[in-house]
Amino acid sequence: MDINLTFLGQMVSFAILVWFTTKFIWPQLNHAIEERQKKVADGLAAAEKARAELKDADAKVANEIKQARQQANEIIERAQQQANQIVDKARAEAIGEANRVKANAAEEIVSMQQRAREELRGWVGRLAIQGAEKIVQREVDANAHKAMLDQLVAEI
Amino acid sequence: MASEPQGGLTEYIQHHLHHNTVSLGDGAFMKIHVDSILVAFLLGAVFCLWFWLKARKATSGVPSKGQAFVELIVEFVDTQVKDTFHGDRRTVTPLALSIFMWVTFLNAMDLLPLDAPSWTVKTAAGAEVAHHTFFRWVPTADINTTVGLALAVFFIVLGHGVKAKGGLGFGKELMTAPFHASNPVVVAILVPFNFLLNVVEYLSKPVSLAMRLFGNMYGGELVFMLIAGLFAGWISFLPGVLFNTAWAIFHILIILLQAFIFMMLTIVYIATAREHH
Repeated sequence: MDINLTFLGQMVSFAILVWFTTKFIWPQLNHAIEERQKKVADGLAAAEKARAELKDADAKVANEIKQARQQANEIIERAQQQANQIVDKARAEAIGEANRVKANAAEEIVSMQQRAREELRGWVGRLAIQGAEKIVQREVDANAHKAMLDQLVAEI
Repeated sequence: MASEPQGGLTEYIQHHLHHNTVSLGDGAFMKIHVDSILVAFLLGAVFCLWFWLKARKATSGVPSKGQAFVELIVEFVDTQVKDTFHGDRRTVTPLALSIFMWVTFLNAMDLLPLDAPSWTVKTAAGAEVAHHTFFRWVPTADINTTVGLALAVFFIVLGHGVKAKGGLGFGKELMTAPFHASNPVVVAILVPFNFLLNVVEYLSKPVSLAMRLFGNMYGGELVFMLIAGLFAGWISFLPGVLFNTAWAIFHILIILLQAFIFMMLTIVYIATAREHH
């Protein structure tokens, strides 16, 4: 319980200790702690921001998908219309072509009929003259009777 | 040393209450307790080295476990300071941290075996030397240590008061607070009372700080010594072990609590000194 010079020594020790702590320990540690606190706060804020951005991006993506689907539908519709038009056009052309071919064929038939008829008519005229020659037993002057023969051929 | 139950215990305790003293001159005051100074200085150095090493490598990134532990202590102290003291904490928190850690370390010496120093001396130099060698290694159970701490705190508190109010303002407040008056004559009459009250108030602070810590640690040490007396007999040996363990566990609480109280009161005194009345 006796107080002596020891307390002065302890005061000096304490003073050194406090000086050392103030100078070399506290500033560094406090700096690190405050920096980390700031980092953590920044990180949390960034995470919050990122979450909000993600939400925005999700909404945007959904919107875009919707638009893309709509566009695709429009394109499909247009393509179908076009295809229908092409088919219709092709059908019309085909029908026209068929009609033309048919008409040509009919014309040809008619002309062949005509030719056959003419040929036949020639044959008949000649047969008629030959027959008549046989009947008459003499030569028929073809030129003299040409008018009569033509009339006959026309009647056949 | 505690072989005889009766006179042995008294002698044992008295022996353990002797400091390793060196006289620097005549008179009771001119002495130095080498053990207190040495242990306190070494433990202070241990604290400095430990925290300095961690502080030097402190990163704001992911901390190592050692750094995290140190930061835990620092943040705990800083929170206490922040709650009590509203101002520039750049010098107050290091002060509080030093007090808390140093006092904790010094108090914790109480948990080391009581007879370890004397056993070491006995083993190294024989029983005769051990009988004349004294070494108490709980510096806070030495009133010189607690008085030294409390006085240092007292001067720091005074310094804060003067710095916050100016020399004149501080002196004026010593004379005119806590009893205020508007009449100049009454003010003059109140000066001695105010001054006396303030002196008592200021002096009571270091005295209570020093006495509280010293009393707790000295008492704790005495109880350890009394329990150690139980180890002398075969029958009382086992109860002695149990009591010793129980008291040591309870003492952990006292160690931290006293360090905390010393730190908190210092902060409170500084905060009060900076307040204007």
